[in-house]
This record gives sequence, structure tokens and C-alpha cells, in this order.
Amino acid sequence: MNNLHFISPEIFVSLTVMFLLILGVFIKNSSNLIHNLSMIFLFITGILILNNPLETNITLFNGSYIIDNLSSYMKALTILGGVVVLSISKKYLKISNIFLIEYPILILSSILGMMVMISSNDLIVFYVGLELQSLALYVLASFNRDQLKSSESGLKYFVLSALSSGLLLYGCSLIYGFSGSTNFNIVAQTINSTHYGLTFGIVFILVGLAFKISAVPFHMWAPDVYEGSPTSVTLFFAIVPKIAALTVFIRFLYIPFINMIDQWQTIIVFLSITSMIFGAVAAIGQKNLKRLIAYSSIGHIGYTLAGLAVGTNEGIQSSIVYISIYIVMNLGLFSCLLMMKRNNQYFETIDDLSGLSKNHSVLSLSLLIILFSLAGIPPLAGFFAKFYIFKAVIEQSMFFLAIVGLLSTVIAAFYYLRIIKVIYFDEEKEKYDTEHSIWLKISLTFSTLLILLYFIFPSKLVEIVSRINII
Amino acid sequence: MNFPILSSLILLPTIGAFFLLFSKDKNSNTDKYVALFTSFVNFLISIYLWFLFDPTSSSFQFIEDREWLKGFINYKVGIDGISILFIILTTLITPLCIISVNNKIENRLRDFLIAILLMESLMIGVFCSLDLVIFYLFFEAGLIPMFLIIGIWGGARRVYSAFKFFLYTLLGSVLMLVAIISIYWMSGTTDIIQLYELGIDTKYQNLLWLAFFSSFAVKTPMWPVHTWLPDAHVEAPTAGSVLLAAILLKMAGYGFIRFSLGLFPLASEFFTPLVYSLSLIAIVYTSLVALMQEDMKKLIAYSSVAHMGFVTLGIFTITQQGIEGSIIQMISHGLVSAALFLCVGVVYDRIHSRLIKTYGGLISIMPKYSILFMLFTLAALGLPGTSGFIGEFLILMGAFKDNFLVAVIASLGVIFGAAYMLWLYRRVVFGKLINKDLLKMADLDRSERFILLSLAIPVLFFGFYPEPLMNTIEISVKNLIDMYNFNLNMYSSEVQQ
Repeated sequence: MNNLHFISPEIFVSLTVMFLLILGVFIKNSSNLIHNLSMIFLFITGILILNNPLETNITLFNGSYIIDNLSSYMKALTILGGVVVLSISKKYLKISNIFLIEYPILILSSILGMMVMISSNDLIVFYVGLELQSLALYVLASFNRDQLKSSESGLKYFVLSALSSGLLLYGCSLIYGFSGSTNFNIVAQTINSTHYGLTFGIVFILVGLAFKISAVPFHMWAPDVYEGSPTSVTLFFAIVPKIAALTVFIRFLYIPFINMIDQWQTIIVFLSITSMIFGAVAAIGQKNLKRLIAYSSIGHIGYTLAGLAVGTNEGIQSSIVYISIYIVMNLGLFSCLLMMKRNNQYFETIDDLSGLSKNHSVLSLSLLIILFSLAGIPPLAGFFAKFYIFKAVIEQSMFFLAIVGLLSTVIAAFYYLRIIKVIYFDEEKEKYDTEHSIWLKISLTFSTLLILLYFIFPSKLVEIVSRINII
Repeated sequence: MNFPILSSLILLPTIGAFFLLFSKDKNSNTDKYVALFTSFVNFLISIYLWFLFDPTSSSFQFIEDREWLKGFINYKVGIDGISILFIILTTLITPLCIISVNNKIENRLRDFLIAILLMESLMIGVFCSLDLVIFYLFFEAGLIPMFLIIGIWGGARRVYSAFKFFLYTLLGSVLMLVAIISIYWMSGTTDIIQLYELGIDTKYQNLLWLAFFSSFAVKTPMWPVHTWLPDAHVEAPTAGSVLLAAILLKMAGYGFIRFSLGLFPLASEFFTPLVYSLSLIAIVYTSLVALMQEDMKKLIAYSSVAHMGFVTLGIFTITQQGIEGSIIQMISHGLVSAALFLCVGVVYDRIHSRLIKTYGGLISIMPKYSILFMLFTLAALGLPGTSGFIGEFLILMGAFKDNFLVAVIASLGVIFGAAYMLWLYRRVVFGKLINKDLLKMADLDRSERFILLSLAIPVLFFGFYPEPLMNTIEISVKNLIDMYNFNLNMYSSEVQQ
């Protein structure tokens, strides 16, 4: 038990969740207090995670729980996402009349689930973490319960997610059946790759995971859920669960089944190509910004998977760099979305952006930078993200994947350009409010500056990520 | 380590743009002076650079090499005789563009100036970069300001044109990105000087050449992917058209010389017939199309395609004359097409029509304009004594050396060129003054005179005395051709063994 301090962040978050729950019951009208407290506690959790000495590689609980560079980095990213989501969503929640104590608590418990997922080295631990985060997310999706769309999205997410969890569990049982263990390392030692049962198991688990990160063809829930959920929850959906799912993807593919790369590589390449193309094409016709972001995130997941498909440490690192930059871009994009407010009403269609540049020059400049970055135009951060991915892909001679990916960036550029066109070329509409919470401003400024100035120090992020060596 | 003169050339306009971004002054004149001052200082620096430049050395000069992406890509810039001329062209055209926006763009002048200054930075970056990735970065980043220039300040169909411009160019460029990463994968570096020495695996040269070609052909633009250019030109504001014609198109010609010839000599040899055919089609076909245009800007846009056809033809003759001719033709076309677009801009600002038939008889009301317009028309059709002649003459000379038939067909283009330019001039300037609205038009004002004269002087000067240009490029071009022939010989001796 002397290793327990390694999981102090997880313990701390679970205690926080229980404490805040009790606090909420005993103190009336404590939403504000709990919201602030959860932010502070989450921040402390972040410090606890970074406090772990570098280059640790420790397994706990009979090898079912692992703390290494990958887990620390991804947890820190998760916490960062969580803190920003909490900080910029306060005003939105107040205005939408859903400023309740459950919101931060649910976010915290889903983050706890994700942290467990990120560190899991065992199919059962992984499943427990997954269910914890999913349960919290079901409730969050339907958080604005008076609105039909929100309830619908929660229900839809619940039904489809339960189905995928079922498939995933079935895959776990197959793998257990054919390898005799649920622990990743033991599975790795005992696998016999000639067995079809294992391949089936991998496929089922990949389907379940693909559902969680909304890769085509398991993306059907994403647009509806993104559109229906409250905007701050959409932001959470768009970034945080993807980090955890990506980590599990990495661990699952590269620890137990690295020797079966021939079998799963095709699947990942397929998921990646279809996601890139579908994300680009389907977003063209969208009118609602949140729906559009859903499709764009499908496309971005496609690029992330392209890095995973490669089968080298470089590929994994490029995926991690990609998801990190993607998170920053999405934080900026959603900050802009949360600033589109007039008379206590939020706007979320593309037409509402019409002529924004005439009245709100700073906001539109930030949007311009973020959108060009999402489209992958140099010298913005989004370009470097894609650059690393394609570098890793080409180094393994997977030219087809690279060319399809790059061509789909051209298609995707079209719909990002369309938004820019609406902002800059179209006739102006009524002004939006110019007063925003300080957090929103900070989040927007920071993400924009990071994206814009990334090219000055492009190797910093790569250096940090290059410490993550899985194979 | 010397003073990083190239980096300061690249950075200075950006710093100017940065100041403009935060200026709170309501008076738009201040903004203009800031922009003008920055770009003019940049011009002076680049002239000073030319003065420092040693034309007798065949290697790259003023090299700056900094670690950028650790262990992978260095920020490396440097110039040789070819790039310095393009840098000076860029720094000359930009201040003229800024002067030309005088009172013509009311809405969001500051943003416009910022976009132009950023363009200048990026274009200088393209011509200096000695690393493929850095080159790609500058090459692509230029899309953003240009997209905004066309889209925000353009004419009626600006949205369509801006999208067409952006997506066409992006589509071409992503293939180049694949090629660049593949080169890194094969050679372990993207540094151009090292790649020149290492050479690129002969097996892959053709594919890589095609990938680069797809990008440069769109940007040049070569037939049949030239269709974005007339749209973009027609809809862009005058200053935008000038930048586009004078400098953006030259990036591709520069790219052909620096990368296609330099890195893939075998593939260039192999694909020469393709380039010849496309160039000849461009020269003949677009000249004929230009004859039929009713819109002045469109006519000049098509003439640009034809002129760039000469340029690509000259480059792929791979003779000293041909390549020198292409470079001089690009510089000359940069000056002349800029001037022609400005000439159209002058009359467009007065009565807001670009249709040729609205005009006629301008000579009686705008004599100064007519003289300058005449000069540039003649330069565009390559009259001896103007810079246009030197370029075309050298290109045709190179072509005759290489392939007689090609040269004959290309010469036809010169005749067509004379036809459409002179006919344009006749319809606009001579003839009877029928349209009464024209009577209100004033002759050139001071700033317009200044702009056109500062373009006319180099056109005439280099027409009579091209020696400074030739001197600057001679050694670099010779070096390029030597390297090219060396590679070819080495390959053929390998095959024989």
C-alpha cells in the first residue's frame, strides 16, 4: 500500500465529488459555491498529477492500473479541459436557467471515470471507468431537461452508448476467453494470433471505442447530441471524452495486440479514411454551428486515427500532438460560440455570424485564426498537427492514407471558408453583447494566441510528447 | 554572425502590420503613412541588399540557419542571384500598391493595409527560404490574406472568386506537401542546399516532380488549370490584382526554377514535352481568348496566362538564354502587368466600368494617361527598348536552340500578343469620344503619376540596359544548368554501366 500516493489524484477527485454532493445537500442555493469549489479542486488535482515524478512507469493493483508518461500527460489534458469547461460555462448555465449543483459534480465524476480509463491496464478496470464517465455524460447531455432537444439527445446518447458498451463487453469476454486474462500485459504474453476469436474480440472492442470517439461509421449520435446538449456540455463532449478514449485506443492496440497489427491496422485505416472524408463532406450542408462542429470533430478524429494506424511510437506521438492542438482549437471555437449572445439569448447558426467582423473585430479575428487553423492552413497550429500526422504516415509508406487525408482537408477547407465568408463578406446584423465573463475572454485570448504563435516554438509540445514511448 | 538582413526583410512588414492592428487612431491617413513607411524602408533595405550582393559567387548568400523544429527542420533563409530580383520586385510593388489605395477603399482601410503588409512578408519569405517546409509554410500562408483581399474588397462576384482561388491553390499545394514529406522520408532532410548535393532517388523523381508541378501549375497558372486567375483578377480590388499578377504568379515560376529543375533534373528532362505543350497551348489559346474579352481586367488576366506560358517555356528549355529570359520576363511582367492593372484601375475609379466599349477617345481628355498606357501596352507586347522585349527575345532564342517547331509556335504568340494589346489600346484610347460621361474624367493625379512613372522607369531602363539584371542572375543560372547537366550525365553513365 505504500504505492497509494500514485493514485492520489483519483482519490482526491472521488473525495471531492462526495464532499461536494453532501455540501450541496446541506447548504441551500450553493450552486455558485460548488461551481467555484469544483474548479479549485480540479485545479489541485491537476497539480497532484503533475507532481508525480517524470519517467515513472508503475503498475498498481496486480498490474491492472498503470501510471506512466502517457497517463500523466493525458490526465493533465483532461483536467485542463475540465477546468476550462467549468470556468467558461458558468454564465451560460445561469442564463439558460440550469445553474444547478449537479453540473460540476457530474463533470467531476465523468472526469474521474476518464482518469480511470486513462490509467487502466486491464479490461475490467477500463470498463468500470468507461461506464462511470458514460453515466455522467448521459445526464449531462439531457441537462437542460425542459428542452425537448436536450432530453432527446440524452436519450439517444444513452441508447446508442449502451449498445456500444454491450458490444465492447462482448469483445472483452471474447478476449478473456481466448487469452485467459484481462490484464493487458498478460494478454500480450499469451496471445496466439492465429485464433479468430481474438480477432473478433478486437473488432468488437474497436467498435465500442470508435463509438466513444465518434469515428465513422459509428458517429450517428454525434451531430444530434452535439446540437441538442447545452453548449457548455457540447464543449465537454467535443474535447474531454476523446482524450480518454484515445488513450485507451493507444494502450489497447499497442500493448496487448501490437503483434496483431496486420489485423487491426486495416480497421483503423478504414475508420480513419471514412471519418476524414465523411467529416469533410457532411459538414458542408450544415447550418447549425454545433452540428457543424460535430462533423468537423468527426473529421479531426479521422486524422488522429491516421496517426494511430501507423504502428510506431512516432505515429502515437503525432496523434497525441494532434489531439492536444485540436483541444486548444475547440476551446477557442466554443469560447466564440459562447460569446454570441444578445439579450440573454444565445445564437448558434451560421447565419447569426453574418457580418460579425464589422461590429466585433477582435472576436472575428480570433474566429478567423481558429477556423483557418482547423482547416490546417500554415503557419497556424492546426497545420503542424496535420503535418506531424502525415509525416508519421508517410514514413511508413502509407501514401494512400496520406493523400486521401490531405485531399479531404481541401474539402474540409471549403466549409471553414464558408463560415469565414459569412463573418467577413456578408452583411452585418445586430450587435451582440460585448460584456463577457473574464474566464471566457482569457480562454479565447489564450487559445487564439497559442494557435497563432505556435510556429515560433514548434518543438516545445513535441518535446513533451516525445517522452511518451509505448512500444 | 552578421546582421540577419533577410529575416528583417521578412519581419519588418509584419511588425508594421502589428502596429496597425493596435492603432487606435481614427484618421486613416496615419495608417497609410505607417504602412507606406514600413514598406518603403523595406524597399530601401532590399536595394541595399542588392548592393551588398556578390554576383560573382555561385553559392547562396546571407544564409541564416536557426534551429526550428528540433532535429528535423531548420529555419534557413538565403538568396542567390535569382531570388534577389524577386525580392526587390516584391518590395517595389508593395509600396506602390499602398499608394494606389489612395481614397479608393473606404471600408476597412486599416485591415486592407494589414493584409497587404502580411502578404509582403510572406512573399519575401517564399523567395528567401532554403528549406522545403519553410517554403511551403510561406507559400501556403499567403492564401489567407489574399483570400480576404479578394473576398472583402472585391467586386460583385468576389465570394465565388475568392473560394475558387483558395480551393484551387490549396488542392495543388497539398500534393506538394505529400512530396515534401516524402523527400524528408527518403533523404532525411528538407534543406535545399543539402538536397542539391545529395540528389533525389531517380525512381521517385517523376512522381515527386508531378506533385510539385500540380502546385506550381495551378499557381503559374498553366492551361488548363488557369481558370481561377481571370475570376480572381476581375473581382479583386486594383491593389489585389497588382499583387496577384506582379508577385504571386512569380512564386510558381521561381518554384519551377528552384525546385523542379534543381531537385528533379531527370524528371524535368522527362516531362519537358508536357511543359512545352501546355505552355504552347497557354500562349496560343489564351491569346486568342484575350482577343475576345470585353472586360479590360479579364483581357489583361488572360494576357498574364500567355506571358506566364512564355516563362514556363523558357524555363524548360534549360538553356542559359531560356532561363535568364524567363527570369527577366517574370520581372518585366511583374512591372508591366502591375502597371496595366493600375491603368485599368485609374479609369475604373473614375467611372466604375471595366468594359472596353464604355471607353474610346481618351486621348483627348487624358493625354498623360494615354502616353503611359501606351508605354506599358508596348512593353507588354515586347517592343524592343522595353524590358518585355529582352525577356521574350531570350526565351525564343533558348527555344530555337532546343526545338525549332516549339519556337515557331511560340513566336505566333508574340504576334497575337501584339494584336490583343494594340486592339485594346485602340478601342480605349483612340477613336471617337462617344460616351459623354467620359468628359468628366480628370487626367492622372499626382499619386497616380508617381506610381506609373516609378514603374515606367525600370521598364525602360532595363529595356535599354538589361546588364544589371543579367549580371545578377548569370552565375546562379549557369550554376543551376551545370548542376542539371551534371546530374543527367551521371545518370546516363550509370545506365550504361
